[in-house]
Amino acid sequence: MGMGRVVAAYGNMVTVAFEGSVRQNEVAYILAADGSRLKSEVIRVRGDRCNVQVFEDTRDIRVGDQVEFTGDLLVVELGPGLLTQIYDGLQNPLPKLSQATGLFLKRGVYIDPLDREARWDFTPTAKVGAWVEAGDILGWVPEGKFQHQIFVPFNFIGRAEIVKMAEKGFYTVTDTVAEVKGEDGKLHQLTMMQVWPIKIPLKLYQERLLPDQPLVTGCRVIDSFFPVAKGGTACIPGPFGSGKTVLQQQISRYAEVDIIIVAACGERAGEVVETLREFPHLEDPYTGGTLMDRTIIICNTSSMPVAAREASIYTAITLGEYYRQMGLHVLILADSTSRWAQALREMSGRLEEIPGEEAFPAYLQSRIAEFYERAGFVKLKGGGNGSVSVIGTVSPAGGNFEEPVTQGTLAVVGAFLGLTWARSNARRFPAIDPLISWSKYPEQMKESLAKVDPHWVEIIRAAQKFIHQGSEIKKRMDVVGEEGTSIGDFLIYLKAEFLDSVYLQQNAFDAVDAYNTMERQAYTFRMVEKILKKDIAAKDKDDARDIFFRLTALFKNWNASAWQSDEFKRFESQINDFLRG
Amino acid sequence: MREIITKIDEITGNIATLKATGVGLGELALLQSPGRETLGQVISLNGENVTVQVFGGTKGISTNDKVRFLGHPMMVKYGNALLGRIFNGSGVPIDGGPEPVEEEIPIGGPSFNPANRVIPKQMIRTNIPMIDVFNSLVVSQKLPIFSIPGEPYNQLLARVGMQAEADIIVLGGMGLKFDDYTFFKRTFEESGVMNRVIMFIHLASDPVVECLLVPDMALAVAERFAESGKRVLVLLTDMTNFSDSLKEISISMEQIPSNRGYPGDLYSQLAARYEKAVDIEGSGDITILAVTTMPGDDVTHPIPDNTGYITEGQFYLRHGVIDPFGSLSRLKQNVVSKATRRDHNDVMNTMIRLYSDCRESRNKIAMGFKVSKWDETLLAYGQDFERELMDLNVNMPIEVALDRCWAILARHFEPVQTGLKDELVKEFWPAQ
Repeated sequence: MGMGRVVAAYGNMVTVAFEGSVRQNEVAYILAADGSRLKSEVIRVRGDRCNVQVFEDTRDIRVGDQVEFTGDLLVVELGPGLLTQIYDGLQNPLPKLSQATGLFLKRGVYIDPLDREARWDFTPTAKVGAWVEAGDILGWVPEGKFQHQIFVPFNFIGRAEIVKMAEKGFYTVTDTVAEVKGEDGKLHQLTMMQVWPIKIPLKLYQERLLPDQPLVTGCRVIDSFFPVAKGGTACIPGPFGSGKTVLQQQISRYAEVDIIIVAACGERAGEVVETLREFPHLEDPYTGGTLMDRTIIICNTSSMPVAAREASIYTAITLGEYYRQMGLHVLILADSTSRWAQALREMSGRLEEIPGEEAFPAYLQSRIAEFYERAGFVKLKGGGNGSVSVIGTVSPAGGNFEEPVTQGTLAVVGAFLGLTWARSNARRFPAIDPLISWSKYPEQMKESLAKVDPHWVEIIRAAQKFIHQGSEIKKRMDVVGEEGTSIGDFLIYLKAEFLDSVYLQQNAFDAVDAYNTMERQAYTFRMVEKILKKDIAAKDKDDARDIFFRLTALFKNWNASAWQSDEFKRFESQINDFLRG
Repeated sequence: MREIITKIDEITGNIATLKATGVGLGELALLQSPGRETLGQVISLNGENVTVQVFGGTKGISTNDKVRFLGHPMMVKYGNALLGRIFNGSGVPIDGGPEPVEEEIPIGGPSFNPANRVIPKQMIRTNIPMIDVFNSLVVSQKLPIFSIPGEPYNQLLARVGMQAEADIIVLGGMGLKFDDYTFFKRTFEESGVMNRVIMFIHLASDPVVECLLVPDMALAVAERFAESGKRVLVLLTDMTNFSDSLKEISISMEQIPSNRGYPGDLYSQLAARYEKAVDIEGSGDITILAVTTMPGDDVTHPIPDNTGYITEGQFYLRHGVIDPFGSLSRLKQNVVSKATRRDHNDVMNTMIRLYSDCRESRNKIAMGFKVSKWDETLLAYGQDFERELMDLNVNMPIEVALDRCWAILARHFEPVQTGLKDELVKEFWPAQ
């Protein structure tokens, strides 16, 4: 183990003079005067000095303090027991920290991420005598409703022969479940737990496939108009108060995936609290268990140390990649990537690097790309598919989408769901602006979307045109007034408004309307489409307005009625009456 | 006793650099000039060079002044003896009273463990209808008052301080004009709440570094009181001065500015303070109300912008009233019609919707369009709404304010025009 001494310190950056060698990004511990060991990471090496970023409060660090280099990169522990956990950015379980340190966090206290006492019901599947390599499956344990696969460690080098397999039975994550003999004749004891460096993508799959299956979020404007694919990426930029958080919470509740990982990165603690207090009591719409059963929360809120904030989104995506390896579909919700970018900026400033736009480092764009590129739909070695999808929010300064983080993100994601004040001030929620948002996935997913409706992509595109047309007419009308608008144009405008208010807008606080299956979305949309296509016989503009007032109210009630309930059918027949009339 | 250093190598802005060993980051230093003493804090170490941020400013500091490191970080006194007292940005009493004999606690402590947080469910009454009825203040909420300079934000803050249901009020004044300081002091004394107020005051003429300490001291004291079961309300004015001080210091530290000269960590710095707001399960709580004056009434300016991302809503103070449209309390859903009367939610929404219609009618008039009967009704309603509820001098408990809402509605509308639910109308609509 390498040793060193502190020679300079400023903020959370410490310069260390070391003996021997160090690795870039290896973990080091600073031994502070009060006896605490402060975790840090090497981020730059120059001659016999290196800069480390400290993941903790650096108060009372002194020149001459001893530094221990571990030789290991920053890793997360992988194994059964990750689900339902609430971790900080460095994978410390927060509820256990609170038992250890009380109400407040205390620096230098680290707790095992995986419970060492818990016993898991292990069923071996690999046989003695078989040859295995990194990523091969040894057996499984039940974790909630999932079969949690136990792998030969992903960092295992070369091939090895299994010489001993544990019997079916209960084991802790540190018990040996298999003994293997490498090609060099060395014996290795394998357990159910392993570690993986968070900044290195886990790529032990056979091949990456084009994401071509929709990830249903239950939010109509996303799923129908700007869909996200399983294994795809999307970003949600929006100024404060535009409803980013409510939208994220909606998605985390209703998204049709196996596992949700919420990375609360530098945002309000209060928001995470809602998730972590409510999820254990909310029912998972797909399995009947609680939402917590399929959730991992990585919680590094705004007042927690900044360097750990930088690590937190990598921690989240590494856990996602691990579950993808088991053939599961994982969704990472990163809120907010701007705070993560700001953490990069702070460190870059302390390193005195030449700044780019708004003082963000020049490598911001490539770091953002690296992160989003870890998402993907993959074919696994043992057959079957898994995916990691990423939906990241961006908090652009002043709501201006021209800023570097938004632009850097737009360059690499597959869908852009832009929230605007114009829509949120008009109380049109979710405030995803249909005039600026886009998704690249409909083309890619054409085949799977055809199952929803053979012409789905075309009819959606036609509806989008309608929205644009309506907005053009509205702009003209603002200048020339209603009097100067033809009844034909006026009807198009009303139809676009109607589409907006009954389909694009959705009430997140209504038990029924909050979530729509794809089946229901298609069903509703076909009805909306009929209205859009229908010739409306209106005497004058007031009459036209009245007709659409009534239609809108009718559809809203329809949206709020449970799928195929009596009420639902009653409203549907009223709509049909209108269409016939 | 630590060694005394008698050579300062470098003095720039509010920062002094000297050679010393065995000094920790964040440690306090005492700088003694003939006839003057000031504290400073270590902000960076480089070999044997120690950089100290001088609280009292470096004016008149000599290269051969005496510097002694104290071996501990900045502390603040904590205890019941602080109640009714006024301190400056270094924690020294400025009310003429003696130094209180109390325990000293460090400032800028660690963050509250998010896993220990609870969803707040109690309302803090302020008796200001625009807050209680339309954007209720919830325990442990952090809310800024966005305002342009010249609005009566300090008057509003003082009124909330006087009337809010809180055991202890901590006022942190940053860059406060002497007149405003006197105003706060006199208001609290005259209304008889001074015995539960603690004031940390940095005056506009005080050294800029002391400004940075004010919120930390106020919040450290508040945190201890909250831990001991007290309901604490922290009032901060003005966070824009705090941010400007941050800017000044970071530029003299030669940090690369990110946006309009503000440091890249402005968000983290503000969040570290605002996130101290907390509801401790089974104990006390901290609620923060902070003034942020918006330079040029521009909400996209870095200070209000970063603040908006941190806080749970905002009050907009505009033309002397709390604007019901821009203002938002993100936590009000936790208490409205739950901790308050059951008609609260519907009445609140109806009143605002009708008032918004009234604004549209006003626009119509301004554009020279014809006015309908309905417009006239709305205009009359809007006038009453502004006079009887929005005016900042209106002072009434929420139950009375809700009754007043019903009275105003009944004066101008038929029940059906309001769209209120029948069952509520039956129970609350005032009899003719």
